Amino acid sequence: MEQFISPTIGGALIALSAILMMGMMGRITGISGILGTLLPPAPARGGEAVWRIAFIAGLLGGPLLLQAVTGESGIGAPVVGLPMMIVAGFIVGVGTALGSGCTSGHGICGLSRLSKRSFVAVGTFMATGVATVFVVRHLL
Amino acid sequence: MARTITALVAGLIFGLGLALAGMTDPAKVIGFLDLAGAWNPALAFVMGAGVIVTFIGYRLVLARPKPVLEAKFQIPTRTDIDAPLVVGAALFGIGWGLAGYCPGPALSSLIAGNGEVFALVGAMIAGMITVRVIRARG
Repeated sequence: MEQFISPTIGGALIALSAILMMGMMGRITGISGILGTLLPPAPARGGEAVWRIAFIAGLLGGPLLLQAVTGESGIGAPVVGLPMMIVAGFIVGVGTALGSGCTSGHGICGLSRLSKRSFVAVGTFMATGVATVFVVRHLL
Repeated sequence: MARTITALVAGLIFGLGLALAGMTDPAKVIGFLDLAGAWNPALAFVMGAGVIVTFIGYRLVLARPKPVLEAKFQIPTRTDIDAPLVVGAALFGIGWGLAGYCPGPALSSLIAGNGEVFALVGAMIAGMITVRVIRARG
């Protein structure tokens, strides 16, 4: 049971962040969207860029805060080599931009809004994620 | 200034949540996706708690006439299921399963200064730019 406490509290903290962003700024908290909107060819400018950069700075500070409180950052080492990290990163970037969201925007926020598009997206990326791990771990 | 501080605090809470939940440990993420192996269900609790708490919280804040710092709520309104949504989500899942990083945890993990994570984030940004450029020309 104990191994489920941290994930549950972690999930609730992610929810708190999403509620804060909606209540204060009226925004969906989608990480791929927050990052993507800062990128070419039409990057956000001025105040629209500043809050997004501040949010990402906060994201990087999260593990430091955890380390200050518990002594551990929660950051694990990569489990694949550099070439696979690059391939995986590129596919994640293309997929989240094309599909308009990731685990946060579609997963946490979209499911909470009962969005039909998000239910389809989450079902799809969970299925291909499980299938990919099955192929890599058990077939190759 | 209020928007910047709000976003910084929200990002900090989000990053703390990801790190505490175990989302910043790719071994745990792949263990969660490995249904046929030694399946580790812990991360299902992240999504479960995240969705339940957000569902309730959204009900409360969206009942207000407007957000505190902005003129209106900006909620996606599309309901159509199109090919980019499905193909994009399918690709995202493949990339997530290959290395165990989705965008939030990838960014949070940068703080550890691991070069391979920087390479993954760089490639992710390149992928996002690629789609954005093609769309802008489309």
